[in-house]
Formats: sequence, structure tokens, C-alpha cells
Amino acid sequence: MFLYGIKRTLLMIPIILGITLLSFTVMHMAPGGPAEAQMEFSAKASAEARERLRKLYGADQPVHKQYITWLTKFVTLDFGDAFADGRKVKDKILERLPITLTINLLSLGLVLLIAIPIGIMSATHQYSILDRATTVFVFVGYSMPHFWMALLLIYLFGVQWGVLPISGIQSLDTTGLSWLGRLMDRGEHLILPVFISAIGSLAGVSRYMRNSMLEVMRQDYIRTARSKGLSENKVIYKHALRNALMPVITILGLSLPGLIGGAVIMETVFGIDGLGRLMFQAVFSRDYNVAMGLLVPAAVLTMIGNFLADIGYALADPRVRLR
Amino acid sequence: MNNTTTLTAQQTYYQLKRNWLAFSGGLLVLAVFLIALLAPWISPYDPSQIDIKNILIGPNSRHLFGTDELGRDVLSRMIWGSRVSLAVGFVAIGIATIIGIILGAVSGFYGGYIDSAVMRAVDIMLSIPTIFLILAVIAILEPSIFNIMVVIGLTSWMEPARLVRAEFISIKEREYVTAARALGASDARIIFRHILPNGISPILVSAAMGIGGAVLLESGLSFLGLGVQPPTPSWGSLLTSGKDNIEIAWWLSAFPGLAILITVLGYNLLGEGIRDALDPRQRE
Repeated sequence: MFLYGIKRTLLMIPIILGITLLSFTVMHMAPGGPAEAQMEFSAKASAEARERLRKLYGADQPVHKQYITWLTKFVTLDFGDAFADGRKVKDKILERLPITLTINLLSLGLVLLIAIPIGIMSATHQYSILDRATTVFVFVGYSMPHFWMALLLIYLFGVQWGVLPISGIQSLDTTGLSWLGRLMDRGEHLILPVFISAIGSLAGVSRYMRNSMLEVMRQDYIRTARSKGLSENKVIYKHALRNALMPVITILGLSLPGLIGGAVIMETVFGIDGLGRLMFQAVFSRDYNVAMGLLVPAAVLTMIGNFLADIGYALADPRVRLR
Repeated sequence: MNNTTTLTAQQTYYQLKRNWLAFSGGLLVLAVFLIALLAPWISPYDPSQIDIKNILIGPNSRHLFGTDELGRDVLSRMIWGSRVSLAVGFVAIGIATIIGIILGAVSGFYGGYIDSAVMRAVDIMLSIPTIFLILAVIAILEPSIFNIMVVIGLTSWMEPARLVRAEFISIKEREYVTAARALGASDARIIFRHILPNGISPILVSAAMGIGGAVLLESGLSFLGLGVQPPTPSWGSLLTSGKDNIEIAWWLSAFPGLAILITVLGYNLLGEGIRDALDPRQRE
């Protein structure tokens, strides 16, 4: 197991390098380069100043040297300064990380809490009304644009009924509230974003769970368990479920990239200052440092997520051998 | 045994009941396709026709789905918008599928270093959150319908590639492949004439669902302002107007989103239906 960990970590390195290469290339596809982009905003910059800025960014070096310089700085977590306000990219990211993580983790929790039971019930009561209804629900949820759903719910809950707040993560006047009051205010603001983020995955995961469960229940060992006289509950929850959960674990691992970047549209619609929105703003204003600073760590985290998913898989099924 | 090709009423009913997914999906797909095709003839107004006297009017007898903030008829914009969505969907997934087939076929057929290299590439691409990558690329190139098609295509080839590779790995051991090789068929011939036609079914499923996903992506990008630029109507940009005017014009949000939903639903149902139809029937 330990050797496997080492092996996987070593294998990750070329992939990470590949990601940095890809990101770096994408960045430099822009006409000009980072120096030019910053210069765009100050028309009065003289040719001299331009040259100095280029030297500062190392843009006058041959491309592969630039890559090495950038890479060495990157590895020490020095992502440079944001073009927009000159603050360190690292700080901006760390600021927004908690919000995005909160929303996405809550959303993920909600999905698991609802999708797994639904999937199980669909499988055990195949072809019933419940199964058919959830199938329809799943398909619709899967095909629906999230931002549209967000708009509809904002309209219903925010505009028509005025029940839930529709932007930001806390109200403007929270100073007088107690600790609990602030928490509830925060919670109120989070309800819509979390719920809508969840709906998209809900459909997929519950369908996956259902199919996985159905496949497991066709197996011989289930028939054996039943003929041994075990109660149906035991058969389902003790035997079938454990095996059916495995693809779901894989899905969980694969949804890790979503934890970081998945909420771009949600955050934009709800005006929440999270990582997704940061990326969007960076991209819109050609703030390369920020964009790169988000892209590469996000990718690295994804790979770690896959790695963890594989480990989880191996733990759940002793027959799986890690090579 | 019934050897004729005509189905009795009972058989038709049975087929329909078994494949309701594929049928309903197919109907929706066909309907949207026809709408896009016949846009110039069925659109009640010119989609760019500005009418300042009638801005933000709700659904009425003259404008079935209302008007937007410049007085343009929403229904007409939606009809023309279908062209954009379908075009992006087809071209983007077409690109992704072609790349996927080529890489998957080569990877599965030859194995070895090529296989490792391709799989590494897949891993790299899968590690980066797609949205981020697409956003980054669109920011650098200008937003245009062509760039969107290419970008979505270049970020969606991984799934077809994996599927094709899996099919190739399993099919290349079959007897007819060995036979073809014994007869002296070249590699290319074996790949394209023998293995690929037999392994095409998962690709069809993936392509159908991919088109749905591409339509969602395109509308998302247009919604954020990074997709097709005005005045070209796109369902996503209609929804941007919807968001900006949400308090006074619910129809701008409701109807375009519905169009997206129906279209994507059609493709997803079709894809699921094809998958069910091609699965070896399981006994209960």
C-alpha cells in the first residue's frame, strides 16, 4: 500500500508538469503577453516604461526560460501579484477559498444525503411510481441549465415571495446581531446557491446509484443471501449496498474538481465572492497571474482527489489490488 | 415466425413502450432541428428588429413570448437562437468525437508507449476543471461562435477517446480481426473497416449526450457574456437579459431556459434510449 502511494505520487509529477506546460502555453497564446496586457490600461506609458516592465516580467527572455522562471516561482507558491489591485494572488485565493469550499461541500453533502437513498429506493422498487417519477426528475434535472434554475428560484423566492435573500453571503446590517443571528443570516443566504448546485449532481448521482444497485442485485451472491433466509433489509443494506457504493465513491473522487471550480455560474448569479467568480473576473480582465494561480492548484487538487478515490476504492473492496 | 417487415399494431405498441426513451428523445431532437432549419420561415419577426415603443412587454397576442429590453420579439430570437445552439453542439461534439476516435483507436490498437502517452494526456485534461480551462482560453481568444465550438470540442474528446480505446482493446482479439490480418489487411484497413464499425455504439451514446452537454456549455458561456456576441441571438444571452430584468420581465428568463431544457432533454433521452437499446437485454 505504501509502495503504491509512492508510485502514484511519482506518476503524478509528469502529469503536473504537463498541466503547468499546458496552462503556460494557453497563457502565452495571447497577443503580446502579460506586460502588454497591463500596459493596455495606461495609455500614457512611454516606450521606456514598457521596456522596463517587460524586463521586470522577464518577457524579453526566450519563452522556455520564462517557463523555468515561472515554474520555480510557482513551486514556492509565489503566484505573483494580481493585475487588478496589485495584491498577492495567493492572498486573494486564500480569502475566497472558504466560501467556495463551504458552498460546494454543503452541496455535496446534500447530494449524498438525498441521492443515495433515492437511488436505493429506485432500485429496490423498480418500475414503481417512485422509480418512474424519480427517473423523470433525474432526466429533467440533468438537462436543465443551472443558471436558469437559479433565475427561476430567485424570482420565486426572492422577488415574488420575498422570502430568501438573493445575493451575497450576508446582509448589510449584521452588526447588531448575536453570533447565532449572524450564523442564521449566513445560512439564509446560502440556501439557494447550495440547493441549486446540488440539483445538478443529484440527478446524476442518484441515477448512478440506482444502476449500480440494480446491477449488484442481479448477482448470484444476493440470491444466495436471500435463500439463506436473511431478511430483505439485511440483504439490501448489508450486502448489496456495500458493493453498489463503489462506483459512487469513484464519482465522489471525480467531483473534486467541481469543489473548486464548479460554482462559477452560481457565484456570478448570486454575487458571491468565491473562487469561481475570481476566476471569471480574472479571465475577463486578462489577469493572467490570478488565472494561472487558480488553474494549476485546481488541477493538482483534482489529481489528489482521484488518488484518494482510488484508495477509497481499494479499501472498500479487498479484491481490488493496487498495482 | 413473422418474416415480413411490417409491424402489427401490437408489435408497434410494444416497441414504443420498450424504447420510450429513444422515441421521446428522438421526437424532441427532431422538433428542435426542424425549428432551427425552418427559422427564416416560421419566425414571426426579424430577431434583430428593435422596437423602442414596445420594450419589456409581457406575452400577448402580438408577441407570444413577450419582448426584451430593446423591443425585440422573444419568440423570434429564441427560434433563431436554436440555430446557434445546435450548430455549436454538432460541430463541437463532431470535433471531439473525431479527435476521440483517432486517439482512442490508435491507443487501443497499438498499445504500448502510444497508449501510455494518450492516457497521460487524458489524465492531464481531466485534471483541470473544464470550466476554468474554457474560460481561460476564451479570454485569450475572442469570444466568437467559432472559437466556442473549437474550445468545447478540444475539451470534450476525452470521453469518446476512452470509450473507443476500450472497444478496440476488446474487439481486436476477436477472430474476424485475426482473420483479416491473416489475409494481409493493412492496419488502417483493419481499424476502419473491421473494428471501428463494430465498436461504434458507445460512441453514439456519448455523442448524443455530448451534444446536450455542449448546448448547456454554450448557453452558460453566452450567459456569462463570453459566448456568441450580440446581436446574434443565443439562448444564453437571452437569459442574461432575463437576469438583468428579473424583477420586471419574468418571461425573458422563463422561456429561453425552457428552450434549453427541452433541447438538452431531447438529446439526453435519445442517448439513454440508444444505450438501453444496445445493452444486451438483462433477464429479471
